[in-house]
This record gives sequence, C-alpha cells and structure tokens, in this order.
Amino acid sequence: MTQNNSGAIVLLMAEKIIESFQVKRIEILDEEGNVDESLMPSLSDTDIRRIYELLILARTFDQRALQLQREGRLGTYAPILGQEACQVGSAFALEKSDWIFPSYRESGVYIALGYPVHMLFQYWAGDERGLKTPDTLNILPVSIPVGTQVLHAVGAAMAAKYRKDRAAAITYFGDGGTSTGDFHEGLNMAGVFQLPVIFICQNNQWAISMPREKQTASKTLAQKAYGYGFEGLQVDGNDIFAVYKATEYALRKAKQGEGPTLLECITYRIFDHTTADDASRYRPKQEVDAWKARDPIRRLRLFMEKKGLLTEQYQKDIEEKAKSTIDEAIKTMESLEPPQPGDMFSYIYEKPSPRQTKQVKDF
Amino acid sequence: MPKLNMVQAINLALKEEMQRDNSVVMLGEDVGRDGGVFRTTEGLYNEFGAERVIDTPLSESGIIGAAVGMAVYGLKPVAEIQFMGFIYAAIDQIFSHAARIRYRSRGRYTCPVVIRAPYGAGVKALELHSESTEAFFCHMPGIKVVIPSTPYHAKGLLSSSIRDPDPVIFLEAMRLYRLFKEDVPEGDYTIPLGKARIVQDGKDVTVISWGSMLQRTLQAVEGYDAEVIDIMTLQPFDEETVLNSVKKTGRAVIVHEAPKTCGFGAELSATIAEEAILYLKAPILRVTGYDVIVPLPKLEDYYLPSVERIRKALEEVMKY
Repeated sequence: MTQNNSGAIVLLMAEKIIESFQVKRIEILDEEGNVDESLMPSLSDTDIRRIYELLILARTFDQRALQLQREGRLGTYAPILGQEACQVGSAFALEKSDWIFPSYRESGVYIALGYPVHMLFQYWAGDERGLKTPDTLNILPVSIPVGTQVLHAVGAAMAAKYRKDRAAAITYFGDGGTSTGDFHEGLNMAGVFQLPVIFICQNNQWAISMPREKQTASKTLAQKAYGYGFEGLQVDGNDIFAVYKATEYALRKAKQGEGPTLLECITYRIFDHTTADDASRYRPKQEVDAWKARDPIRRLRLFMEKKGLLTEQYQKDIEEKAKSTIDEAIKTMESLEPPQPGDMFSYIYEKPSPRQTKQVKDF
Repeated sequence: MPKLNMVQAINLALKEEMQRDNSVVMLGEDVGRDGGVFRTTEGLYNEFGAERVIDTPLSESGIIGAAVGMAVYGLKPVAEIQFMGFIYAAIDQIFSHAARIRYRSRGRYTCPVVIRAPYGAGVKALELHSESTEAFFCHMPGIKVVIPSTPYHAKGLLSSSIRDPDPVIFLEAMRLYRLFKEDVPEGDYTIPLGKARIVQDGKDVTVISWGSMLQRTLQAVEGYDAEVIDIMTLQPFDEETVLNSVKKTGRAVIVHEAPKTCGFGAELSATIAEEAILYLKAPILRVTGYDVIVPLPKLEDYYLPSVERIRKALEEVMKY
C-alpha cells in the first residue's frame, strides 16, 4: 500500500481487469420534439396518437385526483405528474399475457392498460373493491411497502418459465426502492435463474425528502444490474419513444429466454410525494422549474405538431374526451353503494374461520 | 403399512402432492440437490427436476416473495425456510403480502403457499436455530398456522396444507424429526385444518399442547384422568373441541415451549376464561418456556417445560 500525490491510499497490484461494464443511455426524442429517426421504434401514426391520448388521460386523472383529495373526496394520493412517459410508454409496449407488479405511484400504468378508471378513484377514496383487477388484466394491486413487489415479479417469471408460457413479468419501483433488500434479492434471483422479468425503475430523483444521491453512491441505478449478471440501461424517462423502445427490447429479450433487464428511467417527481407531503420544505423551486421545462407530454406534442399529427381541433377534442372520461369515472365511483361493514370479513380466508363467523354474527 | 419417522412422512407427503398436482413446486435453500439439511426433500429433485424443486440463493425474503409471485400466477409453492429463526427476514413478505393479497384484491389473487420451517429447542443447535415463535403468525389474519406432533399427522396435515387455498405456516419440531416412527399410510389421506384431536379421553383435567411438547405432556399425565388435546392447527384453532373438553373436566393446563408472555397459551387461556369460566374448578395454568431468549445447549433443557413442571401444574389444578 502507498499514497499517491494527493494523499489517497493506493493498493499496488498487477493490472489485471477481470470484469468491466458500460452503461448505455437511450434517448430518441429531445426537448424540442426532434427525434433521431435512426432510433425511432416502429410506431404507426395511430399508435402515436393513442399514446398521446393515454398521456393526456393519465395527466387529467392525476390532476383530478389531487383536486378531489383537496375537496375531501379522496384520501391520501400519490401523484404521477412528470412521470407519465415512463408509465404510459412502458405499459404500451406490453402484451396481454404479461404480468405487472406496480408500486403505489403508477396511475399511468393502470390507465394505459385499460384498468377501469372509476376503480382507481375508488381505491384512493378508501374502498378496497377498487383493487379487484378485472379478469382480463394481469396487474396486481398497488404495493404499499416499498420494493417488496419486485420479488413477486420474480416469482411470477419463475412460474411463467415453469409453465412455458410466453409471458414476462414487469415490476415498477422508484429510486428509493433500489435501497431495499427485496430489490437486491429480486435482481439476484432473476439473474441466477435468467428469468423473463423487466425491472423498471422510475428514478424520479426524490424518495420523499431524500435526493437520489443519498440513496446510493453508485453513479447510475442501471449499473446495479451488472452486479447481478444482467443488462441495465439508462433511459431518458421523459422521452416516450426511448421508454417504449427500451421496454420493447427488454420484453423481446425476456421472451426469447435471454433473461432479465433493468431499465432506469430518468424522470422527476414534479409534485409532492403524496398529498400528505410538502416538498417545498426540502427541495429548491429552481430544480422543479427546470424539470417542468422537460415535460414529457410537451415533448411529444411538439413532435406531433412537426409531423402534422396534431391540430388544434384534435388537441381540443382529446382534452374534452379525457375530461369526460374522468368526469364519468368520478360520477360512477361516487354513485357506488358504499361497502357493507361486513365486507371487512370477506376474503381474509377463502372460508371465514369459526371465530370470524361469530364476530360477523355479533357485529 | 410403512413405519416412518417425521422426516420420512413429510417427504412422502411432498412427493405424493407433487405427483398429484403439477402446480405444486418447491423452493428453498438446499432443498434440491442436497435434499434439504434435514433430508425432508430427499429424492424430489431427481424425480421432479430443478424447475420444480428449486435450489434458491440464500435469500429468505426472496424465497417467500417469489413464492407469493408464483402463487398469484397460479402455482402452489411449498417454500422451505431452513430454520424458523431465519423466517424473520421474510416477515414483510408474509405479513404485508401473503396474508393479505386475497383480501386486497377481493379474491382476484390468492396465495396458496405453504411455508415449512423446522422449529423448537432440544436438539443442541446454534443460536436462532431453536425458535418457537408460532404466536407471531397466529396474530396475523389471513395466515393459517399448523404444527404436527407425529409422523402420521405430519403427512395428513401437510397434504391438507398444500391443498389449502390460503397461506399456511407449517412448523416441524426438529426434536420430533427422528424421535420415533409410526404407521404412515402411503397414498391419499388428509387431516383437516382447523380441527384439534383428542389424543386421550379423560374426566379430571384438560391438557392442551402441540408439536414437540405433546410427547412430554403424554408422559406427564400418566396417573391422572386427563383429557389430552393436540391442537394441531393454531390459527384458526378448534375452539369447540377445547371448550367442550374444559366444560367437561373443569380444569385446563396448557403446555407449550414458546415464552409465556403473549404465547399461544394466552389465547387459549383467554378463550377458556371468556367462554367457560363458570365451568372451571381451578385456575387455568400455563406451563411454558420462560420469558427469555432460548438459551444455548448448556441451558436449553432448563428452558423447555419438563415432565416435572407439567406434573407440578397438574398437581396444582387437582388441589381444587
């Protein structure tokens, strides 16, 4: 051991590199709506319009959810503002046979997959019945404990592999989630068994008040995949084409038996952690404003305008349509019969225990 | 009919359930090639292959979390935690997910997982290899807790647990693994969950026990007209059998090896007091482990309820 000129301790040894890796970043659509045509995924104009409409719908949902919470009509809600491209772009690439294991900040994923919107409101309004996924979808209820859902995706991928189903498991989590044990156990198992799973990290820079650099000393989150023996990519998470393309790529790999992929989508949580949080206590306004300028929906709109895919009338129409879809969902949610008190006893076990039966009777 | 010890009976149950239903898969540390550190899974890797008898990384939360994912996908995983003391790393997965996915999804997703773990003291093991913390799991709605006391019952209860639509914690007393053999039929038989069994009839006192403590309880009651109940399923437990017996005998002694405070004996005792106090002739007594960390081998025999301590409790209640 010795010290170099600046005083740092240096271990002298023969230079023998036994492993190295590089982290690649995918960017296609810039902030002014220009794309690198050579990298564009194969999406038709209809697909692009559909994606844009889903983005608008997701944002409208999010804004109305916040509004309803302020009016006391919803409980605590975790907003997605700024992260719509990560969610809609990845979900749009999935197939019916895929299984999705989301965190609690994933309204855009549910909406893009066609989860009934009134049920999303229903859940956030405090009614478990909103978590009953329709039989046509394979998405799990939101996961409240951070990072735990990562392992469920790994298990589902093991099951799919055992069943020889052409299905992949996709799990979503944030930068904070990458500090949990379950994240590491999940990536490790996925690597060991070369499972068809995609780990989608929405690195939104903040875990409540903790900035990204205080979660981990590693330069990227994507590189953690290499510690577990598989590929990790960084993606511009506010670039919907990059997110779509990265997901499509990881999905194809998964289904060809080429194992898992970690996608680190760089984005930003524009709003508070939840409606119970006040982010102005811990982060500078300038930072938030800078990220607002990189808005993912604005970028796509600029692109579509350049391509002649978006007229003023079209914009007005889809905003109107999103508004009426959300209004209708709120109306449906608020006209539902409230759950019966006895419902709390249902679904604990397949059949209630004798003691539960007695508790229901005495209720 | 073959005479089997508990390890062999568990092995047979696993094998038959895997033959019967190809959605049954097994995962855990050293369960495959090695056949499990206690050999409970011996031969299964060769018969069913590495995709059904899965040697996992050393990753308790990973094992249970993956089992939850497999279960919601439609499989019936049997997960092994090598020793009960290592299950704590997986508690989040058990309590936050396995226990409540049926409830949260209103039945759309279920979690028919069996989590097997060797438990209990008395085999001169290392630290954290002698835990008996079954009561933790009884406190979490959505989980079932099963503890067999003989090879015959281990097989029947494990088959039922694997076929059960809800998550089951299945605890196997290490002290019983090779303690004795008994007739264990091959082929299909099950013992229903949620039912206790009356091991012997009696008129003067009801003694309730389970798992590793049942043998000692049976030795201790010699000379008494005692009704001995093997509770077998702790959650949900068979209140009816317990209460009918206590109403008949008027006395109750509960024997378990876990610490006394908030042990499952407290639940039994409270239930008897609530529902049958007017039938009681004597206080309800609990003979349990002490409120200490299970000591290392030099002291563990002093920790476990002994035949003498059980007999002392019987003498005490018979004074009334």
